[in-house]
Amino acid sequence: MAVSGGASSLACARAGRRWRFFTDEEAATAAAICDRIIPPDEDPGAVETGAVEFLDRQLKGHYRHWQQTYRRGLREIDEAARASYGRAFAALDEAEQLAMLREREKTPFFRLITDHTMQSFYGDPRHGGNRDFASWRMLGIANPPVRGRQQYDLRASK
Amino acid sequence: MALRHVDAVVIGSGAGGGIVAKELAAAGMTVVLLERGRWISPYECAKDDLRNQRTSVLGASFGPEDEGNPRVKVNRDGSEEIVYPSRGAYHNNAMCVGGGTASYGAMAWRFMAQDFRMRSIYGAVEGSTLEDWPISYDDLEPYYEKAEYELGVSGDVEPDPFKAPRRKPLPMPPLPPNLEYRILKPAALRLGLHPFDIPMLRNSVPYDGRGVCMRCRWCVGFACEVNAKNGTQNTVIPKALATGRCELRTRAVAREILLTAQGKARGVAYIDANDRLQEQTADLVVVSCGAIESARLLLNSKSRLFPRGIGNNYDWVGRNLQGHTYTGANGLLPFDCYDDLGPGAGIAICDYAHGNPGLVGGGMLCNEFIRLPYQYLGRMPPWVPAWGREHKDFVRKWYRRTINVQGPVQELPVFDSRVELDPKVKDRWGIPVARLSGYKHRHTLEIADFLSRRAEEWVKEAGAIRTWRRVPNDELSAGQHQAGTCRMGDDPKTSVVDRYCRVHEVENLYVVDASVHVTNGAFNPVLTIMAIAYWASAHILRTRS
Repeated sequence: MAVSGGASSLACARAGRRWRFFTDEEAATAAAICDRIIPPDEDPGAVETGAVEFLDRQLKGHYRHWQQTYRRGLREIDEAARASYGRAFAALDEAEQLAMLREREKTPFFRLITDHTMQSFYGDPRHGGNRDFASWRMLGIANPPVRGRQQYDLRASK
Repeated sequence: MALRHVDAVVIGSGAGGGIVAKELAAAGMTVVLLERGRWISPYECAKDDLRNQRTSVLGASFGPEDEGNPRVKVNRDGSEEIVYPSRGAYHNNAMCVGGGTASYGAMAWRFMAQDFRMRSIYGAVEGSTLEDWPISYDDLEPYYEKAEYELGVSGDVEPDPFKAPRRKPLPMPPLPPNLEYRILKPAALRLGLHPFDIPMLRNSVPYDGRGVCMRCRWCVGFACEVNAKNGTQNTVIPKALATGRCELRTRAVAREILLTAQGKARGVAYIDANDRLQEQTADLVVVSCGAIESARLLLNSKSRLFPRGIGNNYDWVGRNLQGHTYTGANGLLPFDCYDDLGPGAGIAICDYAHGNPGLVGGGMLCNEFIRLPYQYLGRMPPWVPAWGREHKDFVRKWYRRTINVQGPVQELPVFDSRVELDPKVKDRWGIPVARLSGYKHRHTLEIADFLSRRAEEWVKEAGAIRTWRRVPNDELSAGQHQAGTCRMGDDPKTSVVDRYCRVHEVENLYVVDASVHVTNGAFNPVLTIMAIAYWASAHILRTRS
């Protein structure tokens, strides 16, 4: 199932372990952040291409050293949203979310999740992000990569 | 059971060690070649843009693993952190058969004649241990040629008027130009520069039994899928093994160099693939682990004669750690300039490598290797926000229309940029790990600023409508071009090895890798490492008979 808009669809997820690392609340907050980092426009955004699944998977794998950074970072921003707006971060509108993220632009957690979201969206789909090669299609990158290119070009030029 | 005594044990199978093992075995010596990594096959190319030896955000595919192989980084403010191989601050190279040559971009530069005489040409520089090499370009010339012909180099350096004299042309012609090359060459000529085809350890025609580059652009960071990139793992090491006199032991982690009571090397203690401690004795010990790990091994080899580590009685082991400070410029073109035709890098100029008024040295400039989308994000212009709508929009619009010129600045060596042993942190075998500290010399950054402006002129002349420069920071430099930690010199008080790479105080112990580089040139150092390996091997064989 593709996670589209974050909070609403996640709230509908069945009880039970949907995530390897995240709680449902953390996943909803992460989804909202990811889609502000790489928003959907004429091309898909981060969440639609699997960014939350990517983060969740890597936090149990190569990103495991950053588990606590994520736990604390997601909790901090969600609690701040509830304190300021009376709602979860994921339930804020886009302008409110952007304002909160801009305040946190220089924090280690935001830099980390920005970098990781970029890895998900622009990286190879084998790691769980970039679903359907969305970003590579956006950039016009052949997939699968053309192999034996030299011979191919030589033949074309004859 | 004791292992059979051999003539020579070589520790590390990269650019240096692979060649020494082959030269000694071919001359009739029995050799054990120890490698802490494993064999990588061309089938392991994997083309994984997030897990490779250049972009290792999800791991360094050719080792070492993150678990059990930490280093300690000392920050400029004195704080410390433990770093893992997949982090940039680890300054990883590679740990596999062939070392860095299995996954490098494979530029095959000779240093220029001036690069061996930096102190004589430019004088002393405050805050730097800048010095001449004890050997000259002319000493190494035949060995550069041997490396070019034995491993295989393509390219065309004849149009470069700044190159040092050479007796023979390169053995293989260059690959046909890609789109960036065709845009950058006329621009360089209009500026009065002297562009030429980068020498590469890459087959442009069938060579030595292997085929031709298929131009996929997945070179630097990857194993070559069609085995057309030439490293020690597919050239000299198979030849060494074919003599029947060289045994390669993989997953063998050197712990310390063993000495006799008289102060001669008698072998190496290492941990084998089954985590058992072994002793390999030999008449001769050659250390070729790369500038960080070679220094670490010497420092870990303590004895009555060398209480601070072997060869370190004057406190020079691990000093002068350096690499290359990369700088350059990017430009936006009003048309596509990216055609994804490998190896990517193809055109270079050496006009600014030396002779720049007021500067000590300079750097070569060239176009880039791969441009994977995630890598492209690392060189976004300063006016684009780091995330959000505008960021995505910029990438979409300009990914194929960005042109890049970059190059390595020859660094001023700094005595306090160094490898030490960490007093607390150990690796999974209980061996103290490397502790890295230091910074770049201020003048290195001044040269980088100058060179980036020259790069910017080039991309502007190529038609860029907007440009930005790559500005390096002052953090410690080392990485895949790591060098300098066991300096070569005639004076035992201010160097670690002599002109033949022999540790001053230990007559049968050699260090053969970029550790011995006094300065690191303005070029990818691998061909110089190879030339020195042939040079040192010739000396070993000469003095043995």
